[in-house]
Amino acid sequence: MTLSLDDVKRVASLARIEISEDEAQQMLTQLSGIFSLIEQMQAVDTSGIEPMSHAQDMMQRLREDVVTESDQHLLFQSVAPQVEAGLYLVPKVIE
Amino acid sequence: MLNASLKQLAHQLAARKISSIELTEIFLERIKTLNKDLNAFITVNEEMSLDQARAADKMISSGQVQPLTGIPVAQKDIFCAKGWLTTCGSKMLSNFVSPYDATIIERFNQAGAVIIGKTNMDEFAMGSSNETSYYGPVKNPWDISAVPGGSSGGSACAVAARMAPAATATDTGGSIRQPAALCGISGIKPTYGLVSRYGMIAFASSLDQAGPMAKSAEDLALLMNVMAGFDARDSTSMQRQTEDYSRDLEKPLDRLRIGLPKEYFAKGMNHDVASAVEAAIAEYRKLGATIVEVSLPNTKLSIPVYYVLAPAEASSNLSRFDGVRYGYRAPQYSDLEDMYKKTRAQGFGAEVKRRILIGTYVLSHGYYDAYYLQAQKLRRLIANDFTEAFKQCDVIMGPTTPAVAFDFGEKSDDPIQMYLSDIYTSATNLAGLPGMSIPVGFGDKNRPVGLHIVGNYFREAQMLNIAHQYQQVTDWHLRAPERLPVA
Amino acid sequence: MQWEIVIGLEIHAQLSTRSKIFSGASTAYGAQPNTQACGIDIALPGVLPVLNYGAVERAVKFGVAVGAKINSPSIFARKNYFYPDLPKGYQISQYEIPVVEGGSIKIQVGDAEKTVRLTRAHLEEDAGKSLHEDFHGMSGIDLNRAGTPLLEIVSEPDMRSSTEAVAYAKALHTLVRWTGICDGNMQEGSFRCDANVSVRPRGTETLGTRCEIKNLNSFRFLEKAIDFEARRQIEILEEGGHIRQETRLYDAQRDETRTMRSKEDAHDYRYFPDPDLLPLAISEEWIEQIKASLPELPEVRRHRYIRDFGLTNYDAGVLTSAREMADYFEMTVKQLPMQAKLCANWIMGDVSGRLNKENIEITQCPVSPGQLAGLLLRISDGTISGKSAKDVFESMWQGEQGGDADAIIAAKGLKQISDDSEIERLIDEVLATFPQQVADYRSGKEKAFNSLVGQVMKATKGKANPGQVNSILKKKLE
Repeated sequence: MTLSLDDVKRVASLARIEISEDEAQQMLTQLSGIFSLIEQMQAVDTSGIEPMSHAQDMMQRLREDVVTESDQHLLFQSVAPQVEAGLYLVPKVIE
Repeated sequence: MLNASLKQLAHQLAARKISSIELTEIFLERIKTLNKDLNAFITVNEEMSLDQARAADKMISSGQVQPLTGIPVAQKDIFCAKGWLTTCGSKMLSNFVSPYDATIIERFNQAGAVIIGKTNMDEFAMGSSNETSYYGPVKNPWDISAVPGGSSGGSACAVAARMAPAATATDTGGSIRQPAALCGISGIKPTYGLVSRYGMIAFASSLDQAGPMAKSAEDLALLMNVMAGFDARDSTSMQRQTEDYSRDLEKPLDRLRIGLPKEYFAKGMNHDVASAVEAAIAEYRKLGATIVEVSLPNTKLSIPVYYVLAPAEASSNLSRFDGVRYGYRAPQYSDLEDMYKKTRAQGFGAEVKRRILIGTYVLSHGYYDAYYLQAQKLRRLIANDFTEAFKQCDVIMGPTTPAVAFDFGEKSDDPIQMYLSDIYTSATNLAGLPGMSIPVGFGDKNRPVGLHIVGNYFREAQMLNIAHQYQQVTDWHLRAPERLPVA
Repeated sequence: MQWEIVIGLEIHAQLSTRSKIFSGASTAYGAQPNTQACGIDIALPGVLPVLNYGAVERAVKFGVAVGAKINSPSIFARKNYFYPDLPKGYQISQYEIPVVEGGSIKIQVGDAEKTVRLTRAHLEEDAGKSLHEDFHGMSGIDLNRAGTPLLEIVSEPDMRSSTEAVAYAKALHTLVRWTGICDGNMQEGSFRCDANVSVRPRGTETLGTRCEIKNLNSFRFLEKAIDFEARRQIEILEEGGHIRQETRLYDAQRDETRTMRSKEDAHDYRYFPDPDLLPLAISEEWIEQIKASLPELPEVRRHRYIRDFGLTNYDAGVLTSAREMADYFEMTVKQLPMQAKLCANWIMGDVSGRLNKENIEITQCPVSPGQLAGLLLRISDGTISGKSAKDVFESMWQGEQGGDADAIIAAKGLKQISDDSEIERLIDEVLATFPQQVADYRSGKEKAFNSLVGQVMKATKGKANPGQVNSILKKKLE
């Protein structure tokens, strides 16, 4: 499969990364190369193989339902770009 | 002191021949001298290090000594350490002072170790040369025109240049073993799930695993004793009995069966690397090991599989860097979407963006089955290859990298060539197996060569034994770069 | 053309755990902004999720209650999108394999019973809140709610009117509260509905293009939004237009739905299994244990009330709309087993009315079931009239005489005159006093009879047993 410039722009937009026309062009060249490497995967017949999501065969452990955390918002917000009245400020959110 | 093993340092400290403060000052001084050339550390904070050293001295004088009490350890800048700038090698986190400690940091703190500094790394651990760091590349102490490897290049350089007795590192596709090999030191990536990932900034969650770097296998065992262990805060952490990773160091190797994958020795390996590795294997024969040929037919696909799965997970893991709650925010933007896009465009470097885009693409609508799912199925086939191979042998050996350290700029414009640096290492991450690299000589331009040892699940003690026995009869691990005289 | 409305609901029920689904932060409502958002909830670099036992237990409880299949293992997946109230840039949810699959719930519409099939119910985390008050032209983000456990309950498109949709939502609301998995507080957003609405020509099978309506935080809004949306779609189709599949927001003030701008671009959520969370296994043993711990469910109780107490379908439905009311009813009727209808009427009528007026819950009712039974006993044995009973109930509510009905009746002298000879004597007096009315009645003016009854009651200050007065008076006038 071949990657198009539109694909690169669409994916960059999905990933919320601003990309200029030049960057998109350059990215297209690089990604096309990488995808030609990735395409090697398609040569293998994997029908009937169970996908492997985790490195080990284990089941999820459960946490007891207890409150263990206390308020640390002042510490956490000391590294925040913009806060006011305990809130993180962002450009206006539209619904 | 600079060349001493951890055991020797511990003895010196216990015998009060040196204090932790003095030891810490020696290494801080060494860093001060070398770091401007080598760039191994992003952050050094003498005050915080010396505070810890002071506390360690108190522990020692009150008799509460553990094996690492008072010993300086360099921490990779991927681990959140409370009060320390924790950048992950990125502009995105260039102002992030961590409000909490990673489990690994907690464990070292409890052991009484001293954080000697935060080491440089490829941005978000994505790279094999350290050239992607926002803080500039780390230099290889053996030859400053060569890369140190990556992503844990700062940690590897720090140990090789004797700026720290030991360091922590992480490995997603080879990031402990490849720089260890390129810098001529020892490093081990444990079985997935053995070392907690809590507080370690995630690259690819199902592959990431932290491990130690040091001069010798004996030192690695002591570090493993601190790092490994169950952590309730990490759902993928293994609940196992506590092990002493030093327990088997002295075992003879006469019943050892070493598997050599025929695919690794067929092609792709440089001649200089091949001869150093073959010499090491000959040494193992002398130690009594038998050699068997094994086959890992699917591992040739480990790079394509890795470059689907790791970017996919990374694309999602790195979504939290959005300029809202911490880290970099673009200074100018028109609205919310623009703030996201500019923040992430400016905060991430080129390699990180490339991988985010690959990952976003392979997960996106219509491509998931062909890429992500196919890669997950191949991942199982690769893991199965190892299971089969381990029916015939105890460990698998080969080169850690196909070639010795390359020069700066040599591969930085060619991502694919860069990705192939991990050709021998990434399969073990996909399988979740432990892997290590130990120095076994020098190749072209007198640059170090590493031997890759892959063990079965949870066989770290055995692997350390195997490495230690080799290091008892050879001295590659004791060599330090001559151009950096140890005063 | 005749149109048929097709509705499926997605309901988010906030699970009543103490701590969040993946962190140890508190879920208590109403705290100061971000004081209940721990490192995991604000997605600090390096933090990891660990699943809350309490959330899983509640999901399984729900699954068992609706007769669904409990999947083991089920899988947690990441739903990737950027929004400031979503700190990780992805929501941890379940996608391909949810914890609960299938099941059904019975609803009552009028006197008819209908089964609504459930598609699935899955565990996921809630997002934070964006506050749109103006902070120098910016929005404020509060992440206290981020990471609160939700059970998203998805129905099949089995409903055909807003009335059915409301009945379904109410039945689910009852069930989640009944089983204690969710407090059901709609004002606080503990129970939120999204509706998928489409229309099609009656008699056809193919589903029309649907729109999803969000933000329906009351049953009334649910009903109005569906009605508006169906009308909107029908109008478009009748004018030859097409429905665009989209997410719409219900605006209660203007009573209309409108396109959600933030959801305008077609989403590509890039779901994939969360590598930080392992498959969730639920043992048969655990399921059995939860099954055994379930209370008698509302549907079962409703049928029992009809069967054992002879209540109407409607009455049984109202009484089992909340477990607390049903329990109150049962405790009352236990002492008056032969007067179930009377108990039902009083609880649904006077008791509920008074509770509503005071805006309190039945668990806080000052008149206990035992005290109410004491009052109803005196109605049923004819000691007091229904009218006096209302006065007695009011006194009980105020706590007079320790809330004891008999003591209040005695103190107020409300005891009914039930002695035949006494009533006869009174009637004779009235007949003598009002000869004109007697004559009117005898000449065929039926109304005069009521007037005479009124006079008797007036003479006894309402204490005469009206039934007795009627029959004796009739006899005398013949």
